[in-house]
Amino acid sequence: MTRYIGKRLLLMIPTLLGAAVFVFLLMRLIPGDVCELRLAGEGAYADEKAIQLCREQAGLTKSLPRQFLDWIWGMVRGDFGVSMWTGRPIIYEIGLRFQLSLQVAIMATMTAILLAIPLGTLSAINQDTWIDYGVRAFSIAGLAMPSFWLGILIILALLIGTQALWGTPWMPPIQYTPIWEDPVANLSQLVWPALATGYRYSAVAARMTRSALLEVLQEDYIRTARAKGLVEHLIINRHALKNALLPVVTVIGIEFAFLIGGLVVTEQVFNLNGLGKLFVESVGNHDYTLTQSLVMLVALVFIMTNFIIDLIYAWIDPRIRYR
Amino acid sequence: MQRIQSRIGLAWVVTSLLLAAACGPALAETPTHGGILTFVVPAEPPSFDGHRETTFALIHPIAPFYSVLIRVNPDNPGSPTDFVGDLALEVPEPTDNGTTYTFKLRQNATFADGQRVTADDVVATFNKIIFPPAGVASARRAFFSMVDTFYASDAFTVVFKLHHPSAAFIPALASPFNFIYSAKQLAQDMRWYEHQVLGSGPFIFTEHQPGAFITGRRHPNYHHAGQPYLDGFRAIFAKKQSLRVQAIRGGRAMIEFRGFPPKSRQDLVRALGEAITVQESDWNCVLLVTPNHLVPPFDDARVRRALSLAIDRWGGSTYLSKIAVVKTVGGVVFPGHPLAASADELREIAGYWEDLEASRIEARRLLQQAGVPEGFRFKLHNRGVDQPYKIVGTWLIDQWRHIGLNAEQWVQPTGPFFQTLRSQSKRFAVSMDFNCQAVVNPLLDVSKFVSNDRSGINYANYQDRVLDDLFDRMNRTPDTAEQRRLMRRFEKRALDEQAHMLVTLWWYRIIPHRSNVRGWTISPSHYLNQDLSTVWLAP
Repeated sequence: MTRYIGKRLLLMIPTLLGAAVFVFLLMRLIPGDVCELRLAGEGAYADEKAIQLCREQAGLTKSLPRQFLDWIWGMVRGDFGVSMWTGRPIIYEIGLRFQLSLQVAIMATMTAILLAIPLGTLSAINQDTWIDYGVRAFSIAGLAMPSFWLGILIILALLIGTQALWGTPWMPPIQYTPIWEDPVANLSQLVWPALATGYRYSAVAARMTRSALLEVLQEDYIRTARAKGLVEHLIINRHALKNALLPVVTVIGIEFAFLIGGLVVTEQVFNLNGLGKLFVESVGNHDYTLTQSLVMLVALVFIMTNFIIDLIYAWIDPRIRYR
Repeated sequence: MQRIQSRIGLAWVVTSLLLAAACGPALAETPTHGGILTFVVPAEPPSFDGHRETTFALIHPIAPFYSVLIRVNPDNPGSPTDFVGDLALEVPEPTDNGTTYTFKLRQNATFADGQRVTADDVVATFNKIIFPPAGVASARRAFFSMVDTFYASDAFTVVFKLHHPSAAFIPALASPFNFIYSAKQLAQDMRWYEHQVLGSGPFIFTEHQPGAFITGRRHPNYHHAGQPYLDGFRAIFAKKQSLRVQAIRGGRAMIEFRGFPPKSRQDLVRALGEAITVQESDWNCVLLVTPNHLVPPFDDARVRRALSLAIDRWGGSTYLSKIAVVKTVGGVVFPGHPLAASADELREIAGYWEDLEASRIEARRLLQQAGVPEGFRFKLHNRGVDQPYKIVGTWLIDQWRHIGLNAEQWVQPTGPFFQTLRSQSKRFAVSMDFNCQAVVNPLLDVSKFVSNDRSGINYANYQDRVLDDLFDRMNRTPDTAEQRRLMRRFEKRALDEQAHMLVTLWWYRIIPHRSNVRGWTISPSHYLNQDLSTVWLAP
């Protein structure tokens, strides 16, 4: 097992390096650069000399291999550099948003797990009944509805509903308060995006739970358990569900990693100052250094999540052993 | 000429009366102190340096921390010619045949750290703006080409000497971006202000959370007695327009200072009734169509003229103003300014004729003469922004269809859009473009139309020395009647005879805000009158 973990950790290096090369080149394929956008982006007159000066200060006049090596060497030393757009340290820019994105990802994942596993299980054990149809309709609606659109509906419903009830429209706060400063303000802002994204996320996981459980329920060992007279809830919980959870854990893990940096539109709908919004802004601003660092962070989160999922497999299914 | 001037004068009187009537009750009220103004800003400033940046995203949250030398009159910001002193006691009359301006400064102004503002600070500031040292960017350096020298003649007097008399000098000086910085700080680090805030404005900087908000508190020793009225403000960054509208509706913000489309105004008024007040104004921004003179057949004035003749500006004003932030028909000068064309004068320019049918028949004739076949296809390059670019772009495509042209919209995000425009190549055939300025200063604002080897923002790739000469002459004459005559000639050549660029419609600014926000009056620019010194909150 230790050898396996070491091997997996070493394999992360070429994967991250590949992601680094890819994002570095991709960013430079986009026409324009941060200096042009900053000094002339609003249609204002910009002196070519000023633009050139800005490029020199940002290191954009160096050769591409030199820029790449400078960046990689900085990362190896833990120096991610400064944002080309704001001039602030990238660690500071990311750290500020990471906390919020992590909290939303955790809350959405909890929402998804709390909805998906009971609903998927109910649907599987009541296959082709009204309960099954209801759960399937609920999950298909979740898949069909983009979470940002659901977010817009939630805000509108809150505005219209509260105005109808109390005469004054209410909407969630539009600026973040850390949970340890004011839990009520924090939750009254984040519970809505967590619900909007958690619903779509739960739809994927519920369908996965249902199909995996249906497959497991056809297995010989389930028939044996029933034949020896084991009560149904023990069969489901102890024998079937645990084995059916392997693909569900994979889906939950990947979705969690996606939520860390992928809530691009939902964050804008709720005005969340998270990593997704920062991602969009940094790409829009041609902020190479920040975009590259964000991509590396998300790549790292995905790799680590997959790694952890692989370790969880062994815990869930003792038959799995790694070499 | 006299008749035109008297009509303009009458228009000003009527506008002023309407404004006075609209503001009457508010003016009669006594401002109350206290409260925090919360407003939403669609974008975040890249840095805090007003001299370097060009975006309203800097002005809205940062301008309240700074004073300027002179400014548009905060009680009359709708006027394009009413300037008053801020740090200066007043706007001086020029001496030495219009080439010397002597500004006397207030002696009670202090920076947030307690230092007194002196003439040295003003001189150091304008040195940074007009003669920036190597490595320091200045976005408005070109506005001060008429300035020869400036110096502090004593601790509270600054003298500007010009190369020649220029009516563009005072409006350029009144730019809200010309924040007065501390000479001491600039001496230590010329780029200190990119990431720090230290001004002598009505508010003192307290906090900036990147991506989230900027806050300020009242400057207790602000130099305008009794102001500001607010205890502080909170500027919240919110990129999505729908969210900004909802934030005002849901009470999370009181106002947004850039402007909303008509639909948002209707939604807010319908939802909140009297709790919402709407202020509207012509906007010193205009959408242009830029034919690339390097790309045939748009190198032919007849073809460019045909493009203009096809456009139903008067009808478009009525229809588009219901769905987009455009409304007013105008020429090269901000409508309403004394130098702007009257409606009658406009109707003499191709594309502004009263008889649309005749206009389009003439357009078809010109195209035929230039050898452009029926159904000719080209791409209209546009910016990936809905309001008003894509809406007006879609409308133009339909207008050109009426003269047998088949245009297709090619939309790019802001960065690549401007890179294509600035490329001085054949990468686009016809493009949308815009001219958006802060202080209404037509003599400089029309610099977009002069030859591209003189104007850094002319993307049509042409040289026209006749236009350049007219531009120079109107900028050097102190006689306003002569300026107006030259401006008409300039306009006729730029929009009609050569049709170098096409003016579509001028923008229209709509600000629906919570009715308890008082003391703020809309101006023709989202850059102006934003120091919040006169704003107060009704109980």
